[in-house]
Amino acid sequence: MPQKVINGATIDVNDEGYLTNRAQWNREIAAALAQELGITLTDAHWKVLEFIDKDFREKGVVPGMRRMNKVGDIPTKDLYALFPDGPIKKAAKISGYPKPASCV
Amino acid sequence: MEKVMADEKIKKVSIIVSRGSLDGVYPGLIMANGARMEGIEANLFFTFFGLYAVLKKYMGSIKIATVGNPAMRVPDAKGFPLPSVLGALPGMSAFATSMMNKEMAKLDIPPIPEFVEMIHDAGGKLYACKATVDMFHLTKEDFCPQVERVLTVGDFYELSAGGQIIFT
Repeated sequence: MPQKVINGATIDVNDEGYLTNRAQWNREIAAALAQELGITLTDAHWKVLEFIDKDFREKGVVPGMRRMNKVGDIPTKDLYALFPDGPIKKAAKISGYPKPASCV
Repeated sequence: MEKVMADEKIKKVSIIVSRGSLDGVYPGLIMANGARMEGIEANLFFTFFGLYAVLKKYMGSIKIATVGNPAMRVPDAKGFPLPSVLGALPGMSAFATSMMNKEMAKLDIPPIPEFVEMIHDAGGKLYACKATVDMFHLTKEDFCPQVERVLTVGDFYELSAGGQIIFT
């Protein structure tokens, strides 16, 4: 199992860089993971990350685009602007959750 | 057999939607949306009856075909084959459509008008085929606002340059 050192903390990740132990996640790690993807986290990003966190705890899966729209009240356009070229995968990775397993 | 090298990522897809049934329309939409979700540039080209997926008046009532569909089973995907004569009964197509819509809603697959909007908002581009537009006597006003413009086949090949073309 690969490991990664961020801000002096060691985190377990899978081959694609997704955290395998969410207990190791914190806001600093999120910011560092975002930087690796070329993203500087703002309040708007955090609204998305917090929704993923809340929804994952409730449903056990990373929400899809439609759920982000309808339940999270985050429009598609905003998601693509905040996390360009792969919004849900990137947001899931930064929030410390697994790679989304849905087709939509 | 020699192993195919697949280290070069797909950067662009142009997807042709040529059929106007529910099962004819969704695969193209799912693939276009999926492409955008992976950061792949996506063009959708609607032709022949596939155009109904972007016609304001009809895009909300696309139905599944219960006639001429030998894979159709009732009451669900593992049930009994639906005899053709029964598939032709009034209301059968609407019934099968509503069953399938329910299953798709569970998976958070949006209804067609919402899906078209989602793909557009995701940066996917939608085009209508000129030959069909002329043949069906359609105008710009007939289309949903997400349709970029009407293209000839030549235009389509031009904008598909450097990417993959997928026919559905």
